Amino acid sequence: MDLSAINPVILTASLMVAATPILLAAIGELVVEKSGVLNLGVEGMMIAGAICGFAVAVETGSPALGFLAAALGGAGLALIFGFLTQVLMSNQVATGLALALFGLGLSALIGQRYQGVKPPATARLDLGPLSDIPVLGRVLFSHDPMVYVSLGLVAAVWAFLRVTRAGLILRAVGEGHDAAHALGYKVVRIRLMAIAFGGACAGLGGAYLSLIRVPQWTEGMTAGAGWIALAIVVFASWRAGRVLLGAYLFGGVAVLQLNLQAAGVPVPVEYLSMSPYLITIIVLVIMSSRRGRAAVAAPASLGRVFHASS
Amino acid sequence: MIWLEKRAAPSRFWTVVTPLLAVALTMLAGGVLFAALGKDPVAAIRTIFWDPLFNAQFASYSRPQLLVKAGPLILIATGLALGFRAGVWNIGAEGQYIVGALCGAGVGLAFYPLEAWYVFPLMVLAGGLGGWAWAMIPALLKTRFRTNEILVSLLLVYVAEQFLASMSLGLMRNPEGGGFPGSRNLQQYPSAANPELISGTGLHWGVVVAFVALIMAYILLHRHILGFQIRLAGQSPRAARFAGVNANRLVVFCLGVSGALAGLAGLFEVSGPAGQVNIDFNQGYGFTAIIVAFLGRLHPVGILFAGLLMALTYIGGELAQFMLQIPAAAIQAFQGMLLFFLLGVDVLTNYRVRIGIRETA
Repeated sequence: MDLSAINPVILTASLMVAATPILLAAIGELVVEKSGVLNLGVEGMMIAGAICGFAVAVETGSPALGFLAAALGGAGLALIFGFLTQVLMSNQVATGLALALFGLGLSALIGQRYQGVKPPATARLDLGPLSDIPVLGRVLFSHDPMVYVSLGLVAAVWAFLRVTRAGLILRAVGEGHDAAHALGYKVVRIRLMAIAFGGACAGLGGAYLSLIRVPQWTEGMTAGAGWIALAIVVFASWRAGRVLLGAYLFGGVAVLQLNLQAAGVPVPVEYLSMSPYLITIIVLVIMSSRRGRAAVAAPASLGRVFHASS
Repeated sequence: MIWLEKRAAPSRFWTVVTPLLAVALTMLAGGVLFAALGKDPVAAIRTIFWDPLFNAQFASYSRPQLLVKAGPLILIATGLALGFRAGVWNIGAEGQYIVGALCGAGVGLAFYPLEAWYVFPLMVLAGGLGGWAWAMIPALLKTRFRTNEILVSLLLVYVAEQFLASMSLGLMRNPEGGGFPGSRNLQQYPSAANPELISGTGLHWGVVVAFVALIMAYILLHRHILGFQIRLAGQSPRAARFAGVNANRLVVFCLGVSGALAGLAGLFEVSGPAGQVNIDFNQGYGFTAIIVAFLGRLHPVGILFAGLLMALTYIGGELAQFMLQIPAAAIQAFQGMLLFFLLGVDVLTNYRVRIGIRETA
C-alpha cells in the first residue's frame, strides 16, 4: 500500500471532474422539484444524454455539438414525462420510474454501434498564465469548459430562484399550485419548462460522463449517478449552493475510493466501489433525521397532481 | 375544445380495458421502433408475441420458459404491489433479490456435499430472510429517520451488485472451477437443487410459491383488516391516520413482505434456472417486476396475467434476437414503453374526456 502516491492537488482537480456530471443533473432536478414536480427519471435522462452526446460527437467530430444534442435528447425524454404527468396527470413516481427504465433500454439500443469507439477529445481551456499558477492553477484554471459551465449554471439557478420574478413564480407554483393557478399563472406550462430544463441538465451530465470523464460508451454507464443526483437535492434541502457542496463532497468520495483502489489498500475492490452509495445513504439519513427541517424545506406541492378544476 | 373532468370514482370499465389498450399501443409503437431499426415490424411483433407459444419449431422449448420467467416476476410483483397500494415505494427489489439469492445459496454451499432433506428448506428460509433483512434497511431508516425509502432501496441495489461481484469472485467461488468466477452449480447438488417438478412444464418450486403468494395477497387485500388498511393508507393517508392506522407498521410490513418475496425469488432462481451464483445471474427481474405490478393494476389477478405477458416479451425478445437480429436492448425499451403507455392511458380511468365548450362557474 502506498498512500503517498495520492497527490492532494490532483485529487482536488479530479474531484471537480468526478462531481460535474452529478452536479449538472442535480441542479436541473433542483429546478424541477422547486416547481413542485418530482422526476425520478434522472438516471434515464442522463444515460440518454450520454449516448445522444456521444453519437453526435462521434459522427460530427465536435464535442460541442455533442453536448448540444445531449441537452436536446435529455429535454426530449423529459418532455415525455412532462406530457404524461402534467397533461395526462399520471402518477409522478411511477412515471419517473418508467422514464428511468425506458431511458436505459433506449440508450442501450442506440448505443450498440458505438461500443469501443473513441470520442473526439474535448480541449481543456488554456487560460495562459492563470493555468500556470502552482496548485491554484491546476485546481481552478485548467479544466475543460463544461466544469465552468456547470459552476455557471449553479450560480445562474441560484440567482434565478433568489432574485428574479420568474424564479419567484416558479417557487410559487411549487409551493401551492392551486393558489398560483388562481393568480393566473400557467402552472402546467411553467412546470413543463422546468421539466425540460431539468432534462437538458441531466443530458449534459450524462454526456459529460461519456465524452470527458470516462470517455467511452458502455451500457448502463451512469451506474446510479442519476439516483445520487436525486439524493443530493434532498441533501441540499433544495438550495442551489448546497447542491454544489453535496456534489463536490460526493465527487471527493468517488475519487478518493478510486485512488485507494489504485494505491492497493487491503480492502477488496468491491467494498471500495460500494462506498459512494453507502455514504450517500448515510448522508440522506443524517439530513432527514433533523427534526422538522427537511420537511419544511421541501416544496409543499412536490409530487402532487395538479388538475385545474375551473 | 377537449378537456378532462374528474370522475367521482375510477371507472371499472376502463380499469380493465386500459392495460389491454396499452399493450395494443405498445405493439404499434414497437412496430414503428422495429421499422426504424430496419426490421419487418409485423414479423418482429409476431416473433415476440406469437411464435414462442404457437410456432411448431420453437414452442416446445419456449412454453416451459414462460413459467420459468413468469415465476420470479409474479413473486416479486405481488410483494411490490402491496407496498405500491399503500404508498410505500420499494424500488430496490433487484437488490433484495440478489441478497436473498446470496444468503440462500450460501447456506446450500455451506452444507456441500452433505445430502439431507433439510438443506433445501433451510436455503429457502435463508433466502427469504436475506431479502427481508435487506428491505428492512430502508424500512427502519424510513420509520426512524423519515429517510426517503425510494432512494435508499434503489441505492442498495448497487451495493448488492457489488456484494454479488465480491461473492462470486471470492468467498463463494467454486474451488474446483478452474479460477472462473461463479459458485458451484447447485443444479448438480441434489439436496440444494430446485428442479423442474413436472418435466416439460417449467414448473419449479418458485412458481408454486408465486401462485401461493398471489392467493395469499388476494385474501390479505380483500378479506383482511390489514389489507383494508393498506388500501386506505394509499388512497387517503389522512383518513387512514384518523382511522388509527399505524403508518410505520405498514411501512415495515410492506417493505418486509416485498423484500422477503424478492429474496425467495432470488433463491429459487439461483438454485434452479440460473444454477449458480455469478456476477450477472440476476436478469433485472426486480426492475421488470415494477412494470408487472403496474400492468397488473396492483391486483393479484392482474399481476398473474401481466407476469405471463412480460415473461412472453422476455422469451419472444430472445427469439427475435436470434431470428431477426433485433438487439436485446430493444426489448428493454419495449418494456419501458409499455409502462409509459399504461400510465398515459390511465387518464381515461380517472377522468372523463369532454368535448365542447367548457362552462365557467
